[in-house]
Amino acid sequence: MKEYNINHLRELEAESIFVIREVAAQFENPVMLFSGGKDSIIMFHLARKAFAPAKVPFPMMHIDTGHNFAETIEFRDMLMEKTGTRIIVRYVQDSIDQGKVAEETGFNASRNKLQTITLLDGIEDLKVDCAMGGGRRDEEKARAKERFFSHRDEFGQWDPKNQRPELWNLFNGKKHMGEHFRVFPISNWTEMDVWQYIYLENIEIPNLYFSHEREVFQRDGTLLAKSDCIPMRPGEKTEKRIVRFRTIGDATCTGAVESEAHSLEEIIEEVAATRTTERGTRADDRRSEAAMEDRKKEGYF
Amino acid sequence: MSEKSAGYLDMELLRFTTAGSVDDGKSTLIGRLLYDSKAIFEDQMEAIEISSKKRGDEEVDLALLTDGLRAEREQGITIDVAYRYFATPKRKFIIADTPGHIQYTRNMVTGASTANAALILVDARNGVIEQTLRHSYIANLLQIPHIIVCINKMDLVDFSQETYERIKADYQKMVVDKLNIKDVCFIPISAKLGDNVVDASTKMDWYSGTPLLDLLENIKIVDDRNHGDSRLPVQYVIRPQSDEFHDYRGYAGRVASGVFHPGDKVRILPSGIETTIEAIDSFTGEQEVAFTPQSVTLRLSDNIDISRGDMIVDANNVPNVSQEFEAMLCWMNERAMMPRGKYTIKHTTNETRCMIRDVKFKVNVDTLDEVADDKVVALNDIACVSFKAAKPLFFDSYKKNRLTGSFILIDEGTNETVAAGMIL
Repeated sequence: MKEYNINHLRELEAESIFVIREVAAQFENPVMLFSGGKDSIIMFHLARKAFAPAKVPFPMMHIDTGHNFAETIEFRDMLMEKTGTRIIVRYVQDSIDQGKVAEETGFNASRNKLQTITLLDGIEDLKVDCAMGGGRRDEEKARAKERFFSHRDEFGQWDPKNQRPELWNLFNGKKHMGEHFRVFPISNWTEMDVWQYIYLENIEIPNLYFSHEREVFQRDGTLLAKSDCIPMRPGEKTEKRIVRFRTIGDATCTGAVESEAHSLEEIIEEVAATRTTERGTRADDRRSEAAMEDRKKEGYF
Repeated sequence: MSEKSAGYLDMELLRFTTAGSVDDGKSTLIGRLLYDSKAIFEDQMEAIEISSKKRGDEEVDLALLTDGLRAEREQGITIDVAYRYFATPKRKFIIADTPGHIQYTRNMVTGASTANAALILVDARNGVIEQTLRHSYIANLLQIPHIIVCINKMDLVDFSQETYERIKADYQKMVVDKLNIKDVCFIPISAKLGDNVVDASTKMDWYSGTPLLDLLENIKIVDDRNHGDSRLPVQYVIRPQSDEFHDYRGYAGRVASGVFHPGDKVRILPSGIETTIEAIDSFTGEQEVAFTPQSVTLRLSDNIDISRGDMIVDANNVPNVSQEFEAMLCWMNERAMMPRGKYTIKHTTNETRCMIRDVKFKVNVDTLDEVADDKVVALNDIACVSFKAAKPLFFDSYKKNRLTGSFILIDEGTNETVAAGMIL
């Protein structure tokens, strides 16, 4: 029976495609959240596979903090244009200008938390009934408890203690008016799976993931990129280092790692040998032990 | 690419679930598997070292790795199914870590529904208890193909062979013989100290078997899949509506069981119309064969009206087509089942309403006895129930086919998933 066996990447792929197709079948107005990071890039790739030769039957949605790496936005626009995909962009700056959120101040100010408001507003304005996200259960311990189909009440909140049981491949997307779902098609992928799959499928990703020279500075054990949106503390000095990024999020809280990995093969070997989690470079998760759980309950990605 | 990372592309995926009662050391075992297989990262270890210290523990509590929710860490218990991942050069593993509390049995059923193997934990000091029976019953009810009984905390019984043999014999008599379980094996372990988890124990020379991880790496799983009965529940109809693919109609879905080739004669349910497979499409072109668990798109030779919820099956091997059926039901909601109540049933990609006709019997999961005169089906109850659906369903028995034999019930008022069913 060996011939009817598939490797773990193909099995994960089949599972994710199934989930994405379920979303298209069960919801009227779904969107796929797209940040330009590797997880949303593979999720988009899987969506293209799910509906080929037709186009992806829902738009992408980007919650733009304004604190981006220029490379990410260029990459996003290139990919959307090349594939003829519609993308909706909602700006955290707009939420700030409308007085819906107040910008954090101080040296560690981040717009990470503010994104939640912009996201929930976007969902409400556009009558989105399902937002697919690239969250993975291996990223963080609160995410490990997340369902594929995650129900959100009319306030966009997640109730981790009262989740619907999810059995076999039967996904219950039923909801009342005003409620919505978050769906995580790549729940079961690990960081290693993502890299192996990018390699296997030869998927294009932003250059930030590969080793390059960049001006960075140290803060609380994290290497942050020099950027107009991060005020420097007295005594902090930038220097040129050879780095790459393991995750690409908001520039104010995404740390770089020193790395000589110039190719996918080298990245895979680096990931295999590394001894810290990828979110270890994310200052947003370090705020407290339950930082992710608290943000998720409020309606974060 | 080096041999090491290229080899990763040939790995299989094994999903397993863990079950045990509150203090059997489940979370510790998982922590141990992750730690010894080097799937725990330094920053995670650092975080739990700090938490352990905060709580005044002397040793690092590996259970903190899996208890992700604030309430779980505060109460020192596991509330919800947590999924954990690790890999060895041979396999990638997905662990569904399910709580042992009685009130959370629904989580165990959830974790068991997709598992290839189940680890049942038994505390060597307590032996086989009611919870062991319950967990084994559920693992068997959900047809998990491989059951591994881990007799844990051997360090607390002086690594005694006698204790191990006694528990093994009890389990054989009280569980295996009663439930007619086919594939079961036993391992004496100490999750806390690591004996027989990843590395063989030096304190139990009398045990001739392999450590747990070795076993998990080598269980044969391909043969567990149903490659005989070809079934594809139609999930989505792909119609590009573009100039290039003007007349294209593809039927997308995940192969539930069996194998499809271009040229195969198939029957469409419920219409009963027969046709042949013209092609199996994927993103990169046509493929020669489609089998479970692949997600594919089939094109057919004739233009037939087919929509989501229909099923494409082998023309010479069709499932049952009926509005009436009996199933083992696990009730998962605080609101008990309404006698003769109506629910939405989700079965494969099909969905309709159904009515509860009768409760044939309930199962006392502590004694495994059938109770005939009790008709109240409440949270965590398991019962044999007969149904009538509003339209015919296409199904196989759950024993034969886990995907075409399973369903969930949804409360039409609250939209909650209230029960899991396995068709007899």
